[in-house]
Amino acid sequence: MNLPLNISRRTFIKATALAVGGLVIAFSIPNAKRFVLPGISDANAGEEGKKLPTPNAYLHIGTDNTITVMLAHSEMGQSIWTTLPMLIAEELDADWSKIKVVHAPAAPAYIHTAYGIQITGGSSTTWSEFDRYRQAGALTRALLVSAAAQQLGVAAESIKTENGFAISGDKKVSYGDLAEAAAKLETPKAVTLKEPKDWKIIGKATKRLDGPEKINGTAIFGQDIHFDGLMTAMVARSPVFGGSVKSFDASAAKKIKGVHQVVQVPTGVAVIADNYWAAKKGRDALKVEWNLGPNAGLDSKALLNEYRKMATTQGLTAAKAGDLKTAASKAKKTIEAEYVLPYLAHSPMEPLNCSVKITKDACEIWTGTQMQGTDQLAAAKILGLKPEQVKINTLFLGGGFGRRANPAADFVSEAVQVAKAAGVPVKTVWSREDDVKGGYYRPMYLHQVKVGVDAKGLPITWEHTAVGQSIILGTPFEAFLIKDGIDATSVEGVADSPYVKGTPNHLVSLHTPKTGVPILWWRSVGHSHSAFVMESLIDELAHAAGKDSLDYRRELLKDHPRHLAALNLAAEKAGWGKTLPKGVFRGIAVHESFGSFVTQVAEVSVDKGVVKVHRMVCAIDCGLAVNPDSLKAQMESSISFGLGAAMQSEITFKNGRVEQSNFHDYKVMRMADMPKVEVYIVQSAEKMGGVGEPGLPPVAPAVTNAIFAATGKRIRTLPIGDQLV
Amino acid sequence: MITLNINNQDVQIDAPEDMPILWALRDVMHLTGTKFGCGMAQCGACTVHLDGQAIRSCLTPVTAAVGKKITTIEHMQNDKVGQAVQAAWSSVDVVQCGYCQSGQIMAATALLSSNQKPTDEEIDAAMSGNICRCGTYPRIRAAIHEAANKLA
Repeated sequence: MNLPLNISRRTFIKATALAVGGLVIAFSIPNAKRFVLPGISDANAGEEGKKLPTPNAYLHIGTDNTITVMLAHSEMGQSIWTTLPMLIAEELDADWSKIKVVHAPAAPAYIHTAYGIQITGGSSTTWSEFDRYRQAGALTRALLVSAAAQQLGVAAESIKTENGFAISGDKKVSYGDLAEAAAKLETPKAVTLKEPKDWKIIGKATKRLDGPEKINGTAIFGQDIHFDGLMTAMVARSPVFGGSVKSFDASAAKKIKGVHQVVQVPTGVAVIADNYWAAKKGRDALKVEWNLGPNAGLDSKALLNEYRKMATTQGLTAAKAGDLKTAASKAKKTIEAEYVLPYLAHSPMEPLNCSVKITKDACEIWTGTQMQGTDQLAAAKILGLKPEQVKINTLFLGGGFGRRANPAADFVSEAVQVAKAAGVPVKTVWSREDDVKGGYYRPMYLHQVKVGVDAKGLPITWEHTAVGQSIILGTPFEAFLIKDGIDATSVEGVADSPYVKGTPNHLVSLHTPKTGVPILWWRSVGHSHSAFVMESLIDELAHAAGKDSLDYRRELLKDHPRHLAALNLAAEKAGWGKTLPKGVFRGIAVHESFGSFVTQVAEVSVDKGVVKVHRMVCAIDCGLAVNPDSLKAQMESSISFGLGAAMQSEITFKNGRVEQSNFHDYKVMRMADMPKVEVYIVQSAEKMGGVGEPGLPPVAPAVTNAIFAATGKRIRTLPIGDQLV
Repeated sequence: MITLNINNQDVQIDAPEDMPILWALRDVMHLTGTKFGCGMAQCGACTVHLDGQAIRSCLTPVTAAVGKKITTIEHMQNDKVGQAVQAAWSSVDVVQCGYCQSGQIMAATALLSSNQKPTDEEIDAAMSGNICRCGTYPRIRAAIHEAANKLA
């Protein structure tokens, strides 16, 4: 692979010496060339952003040989803490044991190469950084080789690099010893990246660099920040979304030992105390009268009925081909079905939290966030500061799943408001109940589909109506994800489905109701509902046609080699068609999302209506697997997350209130319900896709398809819960 | 002032009697390896040992620990079973976000201290109070078996 860098046009790379010694490689894309989201550009892409590059470093080589890699993305379990350093270490021929990793600050240099804002999401980190981080490594190596050539008095061409050393004949010198000299050199105009055949790290299962500190308890998450003077706050929020404080009585709260202040903030009333326990007792003692606002009658059952009514009317057209009416009359059989999926909370293990220290002309924030870009802007706006006056320290995220990537910057904005009102540094902490009840859910969706099939049972008409809230509406992503009123994420996996596109006459229409429930992307976004609908329906069609559900998919996907590759590998490894233990049945589902293609095969038994998933076999084609073991971990993770949701999770509303509160009633996957998991990777030279999310969408339909095989009952509403009991 | 024994050291802490051990560890002692996850003994992130038994520190008040030994993740490197569990966690590369793992390791260590060769079913029973949203369950299972084999 030859990817010469055109420094002048595409990128700025600059090497500088640090006051402390060593070599810093800073690397950014100039603002003029960079894609920046509307609404973000005025704040981040101004003159300040063009002053490159310090301290926007990607890489620092210390005179002690340590190599510090700056992460433009947040580590939330997906192992990017290891994958991005692998890219640099590969090109640098670094000594892997000398690699240190830190989260980058919020700064223009770290803006996502494709999404135009500093964000970790969309299963995009590895592919979007694949060139940038390798180039940083290659450039650094080139500088070190030049420095070594001077120091050793040999030609640069005679030097090879290995394990943190530049070597010429029997002479060798460490990168640390070359760092200061290298920092004084001119940066090369181009670098050549290694050929894949020469890779020693990329493509090899590599252990997590954050493993040791997460095993011995020393890893620092947002929740773990402490410094002298930092108070803890809990906020009493309206029990109904959109409500506001009418009045409050803080007298009892202030009597709790350790409570210092009670202050009103835009989202409610904050109790500021010495520690969590005092803050919680203070908040429990607080009396707040609320103006409940327009959502006081919110009821999810009533809302679903409204959605159902809406689905009978024509929505906005998301995809259309052929002539439904004429073709429908030719259909030999028509299959109609309605699918319903509930609101879901992300409920990461680490409840939301954010620490804020405000000084006269600066603000410092410590939190686990997936979206430093909007957090920084939101904090700056609240405080009347420039974005660069807001320093964001990203700590390890105790899970994200989308909840910590909020364009509305909800938990960061609130914490800034609390610290501003309190006049002292404050860590605002959410309880688990606050998290479960706090909104920003995966939206509830209803899909109604009518498919007409020909004599062979293949679809000739496909009429599909989806009803659900738009995640993108009202965010900075509107301009490029909403077209003609259609939020692409609402119909992803449907409007672009090979099944729909392969059906000559089709219509996908969308209704986008507004409900007052705050919603957000939840691991795999629109695919989290669309794959369940599509892959269940394909199963229904296969059964209606009297065909094996694997064969039926193969027939419909015959021109989609990456779907087929994932389908065939999983089917082979699962032993599709082979005898199973008595009472155990298989289901299969395949889905493309985030540029990757995943098949899940579920082995399920149903005893007295109780569903038990015994084994999941997963196959993925994501193109190059940079770290195959972390890829497998992400598939295991997606299976657990998707299965828990499919089996048990839902957020419901009554009288405007969320009916769930903690893990006893917002149920998630636990050890005893976790099946055996096998993950297989399609050897693929295709375009790289993501791995954090694509494993999830086919999980639920694989299981419900197996339930159908076991019982003849079609699950069309999630969660499965006790529907079969 | 309340006297607690944390990781084999007697410490005097200024905490109200109803304060859960979790917050005494985290907010008073700044031993942050033990995590807050749910506050109602539903998730196990706060698991510590009280006289060797796994307990949920988020609901257990400090007074319940007086005269007993509290052991936290920070001490596991000094515990023979804890060392084996941590080594297995590393060998299997269990962790993802890592937030629940202190609690998982404390629960697994308590299990292996009382049952040297747990079956999958026994592991499920002992570990189902510990939630991992990243779904590291298959690796936790494998790591517990590995630690058991090393200890045998």
